[in-house]
Amino acid sequence: MLPELGTFLRFQTQRHLQAALRRPSDIVGPLIFFLMVITLFPIGLGPDPKILASLAPGILWVVALLSSLVVSGRLFQSDYEDGTLEQLALSPHPLAISAMVEVFCHWLLSGVLLALASPVFAALLNMPGQAIPVLMGSLVLGTLCLSLIGAVAASLTVALRRGGVLLSLLSIPLTVPVLIFGTAAVREAALGYDPYSWLALLGALAAAGCVLAPLAIAAGLRISLEA
Amino acid sequence: MLEDLLRLEAVDLDRGARRLLSGVSFAVRSGECWQMLGSNGSGKTSLMRAISGLTRLGLQGQRFCTESVLYQGHLPGLKPLLSCTENLRWHGSGRVTDNAEKIAAALKQVGLEGYENTLICQLSAGQQRRVGLARLWLSEAQLWLLDEPFTAIDVDGTAILEAQMQRHCADGGAVVFTSHQPTRMAELKVLDLDQYAA
Repeated sequence: MLPELGTFLRFQTQRHLQAALRRPSDIVGPLIFFLMVITLFPIGLGPDPKILASLAPGILWVVALLSSLVVSGRLFQSDYEDGTLEQLALSPHPLAISAMVEVFCHWLLSGVLLALASPVFAALLNMPGQAIPVLMGSLVLGTLCLSLIGAVAASLTVALRRGGVLLSLLSIPLTVPVLIFGTAAVREAALGYDPYSWLALLGALAAAGCVLAPLAIAAGLRISLEA
Repeated sequence: MLEDLLRLEAVDLDRGARRLLSGVSFAVRSGECWQMLGSNGSGKTSLMRAISGLTRLGLQGQRFCTESVLYQGHLPGLKPLLSCTENLRWHGSGRVTDNAEKIAAALKQVGLEGYENTLICQLSAGQQRRVGLARLWLSEAQLWLLDEPFTAIDVDGTAILEAQMQRHCADGGAVVFTSHQPTRMAELKVLDLDQYAA
């Protein structure tokens, strides 16, 4: 009777994506947030293309980090409120794996979409064309790390009524390495240097995160269910 | 000799720093239907969650519970943006089947024929409860742990649920449920938590 793990994973992924696609505003919202914040910088810093181009890697990455933080805070909220989380915890399949499915779907609909849309945002900030593929690659890897970090924090704060500030306090310090490697990769590429060592470091972070974060997320969710 | 599906021996239950229950002992064998009684705040839900293994803190004493459990708590475990059928295809506990025909039959049992593809968010509160309880027709679990199954359910629905619970017990299963309502079920065993209040 117990469905095999592969079937379970496919089924859960399909369920998550299906539910998410029925409310597209939750997917488009963060992208519009990103666009709006990006347009604030030319207004605040002045429209000099040179200044904007030199600051673009940092701006894009900081805004990506913030928008990821905003969306990942809600990651387990609905599951906690409608009782799905209880059932995931009681399921014969490991909670770490079910939680990982959720993070993965969340990343596909937030981080990967953001990476795909990032050339538009980069053009708004006059970023050199040769850096754009590196920006996209670094965002794909980096947002996976950010989603995992956000999920760890969200798993611990899901039972709190107003966990928003605590969530930021928990996750921002952990996101610093991602920001350093991500901006470094894009900056090197913009200056015409080889960015691959930075991308490799980001990839290593993402790989380590995929292995270790699910354990922390599952433990966090179990603690939240005790509340 | 019927084996125990659930057994608590001298169990104490704490919630935070407060002791809710002390010295709870009871055993549920197959074929038995138990109603857990107790005033508000007496620890019915906390004990239910502890029995199911959902919470581990605060429980001292011997707890044995079969692996084959369907747990249906206060929360429905339904996704608002998925349809009835999509929701019923999966439930973490209770070994529910994902056979579409059986799901349609279960929905018919709870009076929701024709709602198979309706999104949960378009149903009323009582209808949503009924969708959640349709799992009683889909589960192969031996022991059912139902927390307030009759909340928001009308008189007809209550009768249907009671009949299904009795059928499950007759088939060799067991049910533990909490409810404040008096039920019309025969051969009901009662666990009054107020007598274990600490």
